[in-house]
Amino acid sequence: MDLSIWAMQAFNGLSTFCVLLLMALGLAIIFGQMGVINMAHGEFLTIGAYTTFLLSQAGSVLGDWFQTWYFPVAIVVSFVLAGAVGWLVERFMVRHLYRRPLDTLLATWGLSLVMQQAFRSGFGAREVSATLPDWLMGSLKPTATIDIPINGLFMMALTAALTGLVVFGLTSTRFGVWVRATVQNRAMASAAGINTRKVDELTFAIGCGLAGVAGAAFTTIGSTGPTSGSLYIVDTFLVVVFGGAERLIGTILSAFSIAQTQAATEFFMTGSMAKVLTLSTIIVILMLRPQGLFSIKVRR
Amino acid sequence: MVRHRLRSRLASFVPWSAFVVAVLLVSSGCKKASGSETGNPADNKASGEAATKTGGLAVTDTEVTVGQLHSATGTMAISETGSIQAERLAIDQINEAGGVLGRKIKIIQEDGASDWPTFAEKAKKLLEQDHVASVMGCWTSASRKAVLPVFEKDNGLLYYPTFYEGLEQSKNVFYTGQEATQQILAGLDWLQKTKNAKTFFLIGSDYIWPRTSNKIARKHIENVLKGTVVGEEYYPLGHTQFGSLINKIKAQKPDAVYAIVVGGSNVSFYKQLKAAGVTAENQTLLTISVTEDELLGIGGENMVGFYAAMKYFQSLENENNKKFVAAFKKKYGEKSVIGDVTQAAYLGPWLWKLGVEKAGSFEVDKVVAASPGIELTTAPEGYVKIHENHHLWSKLRIGQVQMDGQYKVLYESELIEPNPFPKGYQ
Repeated sequence: MDLSIWAMQAFNGLSTFCVLLLMALGLAIIFGQMGVINMAHGEFLTIGAYTTFLLSQAGSVLGDWFQTWYFPVAIVVSFVLAGAVGWLVERFMVRHLYRRPLDTLLATWGLSLVMQQAFRSGFGAREVSATLPDWLMGSLKPTATIDIPINGLFMMALTAALTGLVVFGLTSTRFGVWVRATVQNRAMASAAGINTRKVDELTFAIGCGLAGVAGAAFTTIGSTGPTSGSLYIVDTFLVVVFGGAERLIGTILSAFSIAQTQAATEFFMTGSMAKVLTLSTIIVILMLRPQGLFSIKVRR
Repeated sequence: MVRHRLRSRLASFVPWSAFVVAVLLVSSGCKKASGSETGNPADNKASGEAATKTGGLAVTDTEVTVGQLHSATGTMAISETGSIQAERLAIDQINEAGGVLGRKIKIIQEDGASDWPTFAEKAKKLLEQDHVASVMGCWTSASRKAVLPVFEKDNGLLYYPTFYEGLEQSKNVFYTGQEATQQILAGLDWLQKTKNAKTFFLIGSDYIWPRTSNKIARKHIENVLKGTVVGEEYYPLGHTQFGSLINKIKAQKPDAVYAIVVGGSNVSFYKQLKAAGVTAENQTLLTISVTEDELLGIGGENMVGFYAAMKYFQSLENENNKKFVAAFKKKYGEKSVIGDVTQAAYLGPWLWKLGVEKAGSFEVDKVVAASPGIELTTAPEGYVKIHENHHLWSKLRIGQVQMDGQYKVLYESELIEPNPFPKGYQ
């Protein structure tokens, strides 16, 4: 086995890590910070993906320059759209179920079915594909035998930027402090003058918006169909739960370890067996450490 | 705190769920019982005179009822929509031309909702309540296996459109798509002959059809073509990360990749292949699972130059097909595409019509007895003939992906005899 294969496999592990982290970021906020089991998270991804698809089609109307540069626009629009839908969902559904986690699970699962069928009615059952601009296609060739996919690099940059923003937002801004205060002790936060309602609303909307961005990014590697979101939902929960729901660093490290295990095992055994091995490892670790890799020690 | 509450919630949830399950069991038991009461179609058919001619089926002097059973909702709607449309088109055309034995066809459409027990339930409804003369339906093997006992028990008639793994033959089913050997063997022969392929890398989604097909492919490669299989890999349905697999392909450098990836995974697979620099310029790839429908999702630019082995491509240049494509686009829009299965679904109503006319009756036993040997010369794929084993004689074509998401047909085989239980390939 030559060196270039190893190099590409290492890159593959990293890009899987980015994919996992990107899709888990939004849920890390919604499930991790707020404790809402949002089964419709995948559908917010799909909103982003369809937005991107629609904008890629708009290029034929708006001209070539848009065709080339629609992607950054799509990311922003996806964030706003998915966030707005998330805000509505929080306002009219999730808010009334905060004290009933199992009911939230059912309600959001129902919501995911409704959204899937809405996509199917609106965009048709067939899968569609956003036409990628030329600068996102193809690969870099540092040597004759190594190919580094450009969309993988793009995804890494985006993941790094978003993760940075989220970490910065949660640790160093006033709003981040409010969010964490609300999570740790709602009554005290409220007593200290924090409008916890508003915080819930915004946190949920931002989480959904992040899912929208992930959806936009995933059009570069995957398909867009009414049920595409459900492909990601299991892995997303896996990453967040394994990392220990309350800590963002846990999500990051858990995405990293799952991705590396998967990439390494996939290379030496078949895909399905690799998945079995990865999942069994996770189950064993969670049995020994039910709180996940990282957790906050608070008095309960 | 949340987790704590969750646990206590779960604890109180368990006895309730047991109760719910019990209720469900009882009610489904009731359903079964009531189903068998109305089970005999001859009992509640209005006209006794019509019953003798039609075996208790829903046939009047002016109308015959046919069922349509596909997934209009759920994951499989992606694939089955084309079949629903094609069958409707065929039935419309038959009606315009005067119907079957002077009777117009009326359709009762049921939604299998991508759920196999639902398929069985709806099949039962179509056969036992609606007494349909035949059913056009199913797409996945799983749904076909679910309805098969119903069709055999109630002596129904099913026209099944999808290419599939073979290893099945029922009196009550006609298979209008290709079985595995028809689709696989000639394609591999072509690879060896024109691409001088000696080493093969087999890839599939992890379920029965790709696994059975690759088993047949492997036997053919090793025993007949005297080549080697340098890798055989399966990935779960819906898998989206193919980086490791692509690196394995690069490490092995096979003469040809043989791919049976299905559904959404397809899009990821081909997009990532292209991004990793594996294109038609440096790698031969033949697939049996990407029709024009899937290409729409993948995008022609991500797959350009790769090959597919199917019995039908939308771009086929013959008069039947030109008429078919024009009629399909007129009904469903200029942008609609037609894949292999869609065309096979279109054959169903026509083959049934010919069977009924040859038998002179709608009765299932008579139609089944009359069907073998029936030829359909107006098929968009050219010409098909029903074999004694209820599959179709058909040709295999090799198409090459073009930028616009269509295939250019490069090769056409002779008519191939269907052989659902191939000796030496199992």
